[in-house]
Amino acid sequence: MAKPKVGYSRRSLLKAGGAALAASALPAPMVWAQDTKNIVLRQFGTGVSNLNEVGTKVKEDLGITLEMTALDSDSVTQRAATQPDSFDIADIEYWICKKVWPTGNLQAMDVSRIDNYDKIVGIFKSGKLTPETDIAQGTAPHTVGFIEEPGAKNFASEQTNWMTLIPTIYNADTLGIRPDLIGRPIESWAELLNPEFKGKASILDISSIGIMDMAMVCEAMGEIQYGDKGNMTKEEIDKTIGIFMEAKKAGQFRAFWKSFDESVNLMASGEVVIQSMWSPAITAVKSRGIDCVYQPLKEGYRSWGGGLGLSNSLSGMELDAAYDYINWYLSGWVGGFLMRQGYYSAVPETSKEYMSENEWGYWFEGKEATDVIESPFGDKLAAAGEVRDGGDFYERMGRVACWNSVMDQNQYMVRKWNEFIAA
Amino acid sequence: MQIRNRHILGWLEAIPLTVVLVCFLVAPIVMIVIVSFWGATEFSIYPAFQFDNYAYLFGSEVVLRVFLATFKYALISWAFTLAIGFTVAYFLAFHIRSQSMQIALFLLCTIPFWTSNIIRMISWIPFLGRNGIANQTLISWGVIHEPLEWLLYSDFSVILAFVHLYTLFMVVPIFNTMMRIDKSLLEAARDNGASGFQTLRHVILPLTKPGIMIGTIFVVTLVMGDFITVRFMSGSQRANVGRLISNDIGLLQYPSAAATAVVLLCTVLIVIAILLRFVNIRKEL
Repeated sequence: MAKPKVGYSRRSLLKAGGAALAASALPAPMVWAQDTKNIVLRQFGTGVSNLNEVGTKVKEDLGITLEMTALDSDSVTQRAATQPDSFDIADIEYWICKKVWPTGNLQAMDVSRIDNYDKIVGIFKSGKLTPETDIAQGTAPHTVGFIEEPGAKNFASEQTNWMTLIPTIYNADTLGIRPDLIGRPIESWAELLNPEFKGKASILDISSIGIMDMAMVCEAMGEIQYGDKGNMTKEEIDKTIGIFMEAKKAGQFRAFWKSFDESVNLMASGEVVIQSMWSPAITAVKSRGIDCVYQPLKEGYRSWGGGLGLSNSLSGMELDAAYDYINWYLSGWVGGFLMRQGYYSAVPETSKEYMSENEWGYWFEGKEATDVIESPFGDKLAAAGEVRDGGDFYERMGRVACWNSVMDQNQYMVRKWNEFIAA
Repeated sequence: MQIRNRHILGWLEAIPLTVVLVCFLVAPIVMIVIVSFWGATEFSIYPAFQFDNYAYLFGSEVVLRVFLATFKYALISWAFTLAIGFTVAYFLAFHIRSQSMQIALFLLCTIPFWTSNIIRMISWIPFLGRNGIANQTLISWGVIHEPLEWLLYSDFSVILAFVHLYTLFMVVPIFNTMMRIDKSLLEAARDNGASGFQTLRHVILPLTKPGIMIGTIFVVTLVMGDFITVRFMSGSQRANVGRLISNDIGLLQYPSAAATAVVLLCTVLIVIAILLRFVNIRKEL
């Protein structure tokens, strides 16, 4: 009986009407090159990839004006689900896609129009990084990456010609630590709840990501054996949140963070010495000259992936421009830009051309840096001789234990999560 | 004829305000009440008439504790803002003789309000942090040896921020009513042999009641409706009702958020109704 909250708005009707008029008046719409210069695409997404540099570069290369808005994950979900007319391109994570796709606010993309489709890594297509690797638990990108036909609300079980999101960015996440304040090796997710770090630990307050960090911790502690971490039963959710609620009451956590900047400040100020963290946040702490390690742990990584989705209201010339933009996105420059911050590009081989040999070796192949490694913003991230935490691409992405998830029991989980935060 | 015209004219004059109030006050609240009975899926809400949201609100122990915490914040913040606000207003109104000095000092109180209240709040964080200025100073003075953990991300920091943010809302109305007290009343009290404290207790306090009550309403409603101060100053470790609502909105659970909002609204209205039993603001203004 569920009805989508948003029906036809005046604007979408006008747009559709206008498009219909234009289609009947101009049976073969012509695109003049100079027109693309006036095209404005409104993109919104989480802070990680909404970078002004991308906007500047795309204007230079394609002439398209990109208006970008950066929001936190929950706000992104909310906007994609409730305000379909407020954006043209959604830069969202795959778990957000799972939530938002059934609203019908996004349109599927024709794979045959994506130039570099064949070069996209296997994680986003078959789900396997290499033919030998196992598929991790949770909302793995390939499970929500395809639909059978345009307009379908359910995801396809295998590769089709219609992609929900074109993958752009992903990484393997783990715990960030302050080795100078901890002073001993950290090897397991279980350390997050170690009483040794009482009042100095933190976890992120974004339910779909936080619950997976929690699951990694509970499993590492040996407290819970999950059937499937990415799709917990109610009992498993109760138990997981219960363990963390007790830890919270005992004063284990200094704070919870919701935005990237908060996590950086918590770590850099020494309020927190161990916490769930994102890779560029580590980079940001390091660039302040503070020792901070993205600690690989024996239980593996919690991974996430993001991509670009098209608003359902995009059509005509703007839709073509959006395809151009996406093809440009995968053609290498952005990939190189993202990889030099520690993310991975969905099409690594095209990005290689936009990175120096030293950078490619350090970030992708896990080799010793032969020279100073700088971020695209000019901050020094590593000296010659240093090696990236966790090794090369295949070692890091091959050890993914789970993906950020939206579960069948998501609503129950969300309620429990809310109680955890409020308790 | 004359009277009848005036009658119609009166109604006409009331229309603009009525329309504004209906559109921007009554309609949104009615909407919230309606939605509070709806149901939600993960990404949408659907019309229904069910009591699930309310059943959860009144049945959950967590919600009860959150409401209690909200009252606790309101009560403690009120006590501190009243004590500080009253003292400041008293000083301004009765100890400063020249009016230009009064105005100058009063404006001084408002200087912090030239920046956004989020910035005023967040600037406490580096000050109170584990390695913040407060702790470092105390350690260098030898008062403490270990940094005080409870300075930041605790009830203490939340209430500190509330008091800092909202004391002026107490100062202004109290100062205003104090300024209106006829100075001859104070002289009369003194001539009749009242001590300073007796004058304060039996003359000034009763006469400033309306100001105190207005300030109280400001502070209580602001604190009870707040969510951002609690979120930042407690590092998301504590919660009040506002946070419950903002979490629900963030997770697309609008009906549940609406139901919580309705309950909060009723609670605040009851609190104000009780407050108004003590002082008839209208009569005393």
